This record gives sequence, C-alpha cells and structure tokens, in this order.
Amino acid sequence: MATLTPPIALDEREPRLGERGAGRPPQGGDEGGLALADFRRRLRRYRIGLMAGLTPVLMLFVAFTSAYIVRQNLGTWDDATKAYALDWRALSLPSLLWLNTALLLVSSVTLELGRRSLAAQVAAASRSMVPARAPRSPWLGLTLVLGAGFLLGQWLAWRGLEAQGVYIASNPSSSFFYLLTGTHAVHLLGGVLALLYAALTALGTAPLARRAIVVDVTSWYWHFMALLWVYIFALLHVLR
Amino acid sequence: MATSEQVHVHPAPTGFLRKYIFSLDHKVIGLQYYFLALFSVFLGMGLSLLMRIHLVWPEAHLPIFGDIKPETYLALLTMHGTFMVFFVLTTAPQGGFGNYMLPIQIGAPDMAFPVLNMLSFWTTFLALVVMVAAFFVTGGAPLHGWTGYAPLSALQSSGPGEGLGADLWITSIALFCVASMMGALNFITTTLDLRARGMSLMRMPLTTWTWFVTAILGLLAFGVLLAAGILLLLDRNAGTSFFVPGGLVLSGQIINHKGGSPLLWQHLFWFFGHPEVYIAILPGMGVCSQLLSTFSRKPIFGYKAMVYAVLAIGVLGFLVWGHHMFMSGMSPYSAFAFSYMTMAIGVPSAIKTFNWLGTIWKGKVRLTTPMLYAIGFVSLFVSGGLSGPFLAQPSLDIPLHDTYFVVAHFHLIMGVAAIFGIFAATYYWFPKMFGRMMNDGLGKIHFFLTFIGTYAIFMPMHYLGLAGHPRRYSQLTEVSYLHGLMPLQHFITIAAFITIGAQLLFLVNLFWSMFKGPKAPINPWEATTLEWTVPSPPPHDNFGGKTPVVYHGPYEYSVPGAPQDFVMQNDPKQYGEGTAH
Repeated sequence: MATLTPPIALDEREPRLGERGAGRPPQGGDEGGLALADFRRRLRRYRIGLMAGLTPVLMLFVAFTSAYIVRQNLGTWDDATKAYALDWRALSLPSLLWLNTALLLVSSVTLELGRRSLAAQVAAASRSMVPARAPRSPWLGLTLVLGAGFLLGQWLAWRGLEAQGVYIASNPSSSFFYLLTGTHAVHLLGGVLALLYAALTALGTAPLARRAIVVDVTSWYWHFMALLWVYIFALLHVLR
Repeated sequence: MATSEQVHVHPAPTGFLRKYIFSLDHKVIGLQYYFLALFSVFLGMGLSLLMRIHLVWPEAHLPIFGDIKPETYLALLTMHGTFMVFFVLTTAPQGGFGNYMLPIQIGAPDMAFPVLNMLSFWTTFLALVVMVAAFFVTGGAPLHGWTGYAPLSALQSSGPGEGLGADLWITSIALFCVASMMGALNFITTTLDLRARGMSLMRMPLTTWTWFVTAILGLLAFGVLLAAGILLLLDRNAGTSFFVPGGLVLSGQIINHKGGSPLLWQHLFWFFGHPEVYIAILPGMGVCSQLLSTFSRKPIFGYKAMVYAVLAIGVLGFLVWGHHMFMSGMSPYSAFAFSYMTMAIGVPSAIKTFNWLGTIWKGKVRLTTPMLYAIGFVSLFVSGGLSGPFLAQPSLDIPLHDTYFVVAHFHLIMGVAAIFGIFAATYYWFPKMFGRMMNDGLGKIHFFLTFIGTYAIFMPMHYLGLAGHPRRYSQLTEVSYLHGLMPLQHFITIAAFITIGAQLLFLVNLFWSMFKGPKAPINPWEATTLEWTVPSPPPHDNFGGKTPVVYHGPYEYSVPGAPQDFVMQNDPKQYGEGTAH
C-alpha cells in the first residue's frame, strides 16, 4: 500500500519561494548579454544568498548585544566595601560619530539611486535581452567616497578616544565601544570592496548585467550596514 | 510529458588543479570534505585511544609519544573533542554528503554559488591546518576542552597549552565558523532556488530536508560562536575583561582582569553548542529515513510528520542551551524552564523513532550493509536518547554531570549515532560517488564489530557514572573508592582497541572498492530519488546538459499498478489505486 503525491500542473509562470520547484536553472554565462528572464532569476538567487548571508551577521551582533547587557549589569566583588559594585563607567561618545552617521545614511541614499539607475537601464533595454554595456552613473563613485569618509571618520573617532586615554581595555564600556564599531567597520569595508569591484567591472568589458547584480546585492548589504550602524549608535547612547 | 529539459552548462575543467584541487564542482568539493573528515576521524580516534591507554595503564611509556602527563591528557581530551565535533561530525554529513548529493537530489547542475563553495572548503582546510598546528607550538595543544571554558581559556598563563596553542585553537574555530556560514548560505540558496520543476518542498527527499534545516541551524549558531571567539581572543590578547572575573589568583598572583563573567562564555558557547548537536545528528536522521524506506520497500511512514519533527527539533534546539549549565548555579527557575524545553524535544524525537519503526514494520526488508547501519543508527539514537530525559532534570544532572554517565550519553547519541549515519551514507552512496560497489560481506563484518564494540565501550560508562566515577581526570587509579571499577575501565579500553581495529576493515573496503570493486549500475539499490537517475559517478553537470522534471514524491515504493516496486521521482506516469489492475 502506498501513498501517492497528487500530480501538479507544470505551468511556465515565475515560481514563488517554497511554492514548488523553482524552474530551470539559469542559462550559463553572461557574456555578451543575458536574457532578461535569466537576469531576474540570477538576481533573485543572489538576493536569497544575501539574505541568508546576513543572518549570521545579525546573530553576531545579537550575541554582542546580549554580552553588552549582561556585562554592563554584572557586579564585581569589591574587597574594600565588602559588596558587589558595577565597574561599568559611562563613555562619552565622540561627537564626530554624528557626522559619520550622517555620511553613512547619505551614502545609503546615493547607492540606492545608483541601484535604481542601473535597474532602469536594464529595464529600458530590449525586453528580452540586456545589452552588454551601458553609460556609467556618478552614484557608485559618490557612495564609495562617502563610505570611505565614514570609515575615516570612525578611525578619527578611535584616535580621538585614544588621545583621551580611553583604550579597549580601559573599561568594559570602552571594550564594547571598540568591539562594536570595529566589527561594523570591518563589515562595511566588505561593502566598499564589493563597490570597488562593481566600479572596476564598469571600467572593463564586463557586461551590465553582472554590474547590476553586484550593485543590487551590495546596496541591500549597504542598507543593512547603515541600519546596523544606527542600531549600534543607539545602543551605545541608550545603554551608556 | 517531458522527463527533462535542455539547459546550457559550462564545460568541465580539464587541468588537474581546476579539476581536483580548486574545483568548483560540488561533487569534488563534497569528496574533499569527506576525505578531510576521514583524516580527522582517524586523528581523533587515535587521541581517544591514547586516553584510554592512559586511564588503565597510567605508567605506560608509549612509543613515539612517551609519557602522558596530566596536562597532556587534557590536551588529548580537548583535541579529540574538537576534531570529532567540528571536523568530523559537522563536516562529513553536511559538507561531504550534503555537498555531493543535495544538488543532484533536487535536480540542479551545481550549488548556487560554486566559487563560495570552493572557498568554504578551503577555509575549513585552513582551519584544520591551524588546529593541527596547535600540537606543535610551545606548550602544545590547549587544555580547555572542546567547550573552551573561561577563565581557563581566557588567560595565557593558565596552563601549558593555554599560550599560543589556545590562540591557534580559537583562530581555527573562528575560521571554521566563517567556512560553515559560507557553506550554509549556499545550501539554503540552492535548496530554495535551484530545485527542478516539480520538486516542491514536500517532494524533497528527507535527506535534503535535513541538510536544509541543518544549514539554517548553522547560520544561526555559528555567528554566536564567532562572537564568543572574538571576545575570548580580546580577553586573551587585548586585556579586556569579558569572561575573566576580578580577584582571580593564578600561581600566587592576582591577575589584572576584573569584573568579567565566565558564565557569559558558557551562555554564548552553549547557545551555539546545543544546536551544534543537531547540526551533527540531523543529516544522519535524514539518511536513516531515506535508507529505511528504500530497503524496506515501503514509503516513509509519515513523511510530513518527519519534516515537521525535523523543523521542531531545529527550533527547540535553540531553546535548551541552559541544560548544559545546571551545574553553574543558575537560578532554579531558569533551570526549570530549560529542563522542560529539553524534555519537549523528546516529542519530535519520539515521532521520528516511531515513524522509522513504522517504516520497516511489515516491509520487505533487504538487510544490506547500509540498511544495517541505518537500523544501528535507530538503535543508538534510542539508547543514547533515553538517558537524555534523565540528564534534562537538574536534580539528576547535578550528581551525574561530571561523571562518565554524560560521556556515555553524548557519545552514543551525538558521536556514534552520527558516525553510524556517516557509515550508512558511505555504504549507500559509494556506488554513486565512485562508480563501484563496496564489498557487502566485509561491510557486514565491519558493521557487527562496530555495533557490538560501540555498545561495549559506552554502555558500561553509564554504570561508571552512576557509581560516581568522575570524567576528565587523567589518573584515578590510586583513588580507593574507584578500585572496584577498574576492571570495567580495562574492559572498555580493550573494547576500544577492537572497535578501532575494526575500522581498518572499513578503510580497506573503501580504498580497495574504489579501484577494484565491481562496476556499479546506475541504480543498484532500486531507489527512487534523482541521484539514481544519473550515471555512476555523475557527469560534471550532473544531468548531462538537461535538468529533470519531477512528478513523484521521494519514497514511492510498492505502488500498486507500477511495473516495478519503486517509482522514480522523474517518472512521468501516474500509478495508484485508480490505475491498478
């Protein structure tokens, strides 16, 4: 006796996630143009990959946050007073961070404009085929400059704190400050490198489709990093 | 109706480097993972043998190795656990078989991101090299156990292996985390995006389901371990105090750190550590389901229940980490909550077990070597699992936690059961992977020796634990209340020798069959899933420039009206009561 799965109709429309088999794998190669349908499939795949890839990044910062809250409220035994005392000293955050925040938020906007401009170019191209090359836009370059500005600003903020004698081991509050801002900076650096790659593909002979996908995925990553920064900045402010 | 569709794929690479070393082919990468795990398992097993020798003959002077000092014993303990948990139990089922089989089982030509897949393997390889290097630096390998408990792990001067050796250990674990995340995101994207037409989620083989859920667990868990590792490295090298409490006296000196919490490390570690147990065992459950169905010639009993049970185990796995910490003096209210969540895992586990039994019940069972290993898996899963609800209760865990009872429990359920899953998968998929059959007679001898040997090693440990024999100590032969237990320890060591010796049979069978075994047909087991529709071994792009169309669920055996007792997933014909004659 066997149970049979009921037959399903195999239609040709775009499948949705988890609905049924996702259909044909994309046609190989993006040399000399890519069918628009395959471009979309490929874009979808990279977006799923990005969403999956952002999960451990999120978990990394969730873990840091829980450690932050636990450590902040942890009493340490003081022999002199014979009591538990908190050793957490509130850190006065460098005001430069406000400027950095603004830079990063603006860079998120410029990158979004760049992403949309590329998407529009892809859409404006032939309905079936994406042309191999298309005019460049200023947004990527501008985002790169702003992103680099943010990283430089963070570095200056660290130097400023060091000048005041606030090092990573000075107090748990400073440990977490360097930890959170440093880990975020390393992740943003990854975004900068991805944008550099996209810019290089624009200079070379690589097709528009590849650049559009790199920029699309990087911009979602970048927006995530901007949001993450706002969260970190808020955490550092609210739980001082 | 069409059984496949034409697609364009990249040509196969021809150079040696691109074909075998830096290959982008998921099948080659799967084999690379498999052989990495095979190397690690023999290394880990060798270390355990040294420990077993030392436990019963503490004065023995070993050839090459010399004397085993107490700190050497702890280093062996640490590295045995580390190799086994990370480089064997996490690597072989997921990186090895998952990589090789998942794309073929869902009808894809490769993983979603082949370059990332290659990077993931080579990062794992680098992690292994760094881990092995810890043996050879000044002070040797670390002493802090595979769980890396602080403050032992957080201070450079806390022991001989806690200098550079511990730094290498943490670095290796961090690299492993990054590699696992890359692998996991590839598995998830591939499963969601590259399924062939007709391969709905509820038509995926249960192996694919377990690899998919394991990948999700990996994504959520390894990020937390990485965070903990970064904090630990900072405590060790940057003078921070995340995990090191104040007022700690080390070799007569008060240390500089203050205010950290060793319990914070335990929380972060076990938030990863418990899901890690399921990362190790879930793929084995998938393989077990697949094999019991195939070799009983019956559909899996309760396919959907199996899927939901895997998902439930995955979710609950994240809510029970505190049961590793009942000894830490946590609030009894927390312990109560963790205890209940832990016992709740018994429900989906029991669903799986009874469905496995339901699957073989009244089946036309074919006792091949892979089937024996699948049955062995169920046996070990039950034996090891039943001590779980004991340890889930704080009042019982506290006296048992630091004894051999826990060693017996986690070795049976997480260690050997998962290893049986790997063996089952090896014997089952070997014909597909290498195009030749393994020797069934030798396989059966290997099975019975391993099965009996495993029980001979780990069942007595329950008794040792109940009798109060503590774990982790290198030498307790002088302790009078343990004298009566020494014969049992001798018995375990001798059983370990025989069981490990039996693994040489496996090695011989594996490598001999690889070159000299009889040629394997496309579908030697008369199974239904897509990997059995392609040549053995499959071509570079799996389906020869085509992609299959799927019309059936994964376990349609003994279907009335069908010409054979199995219906391939890509068979366009419909059978069933309506068409039965």
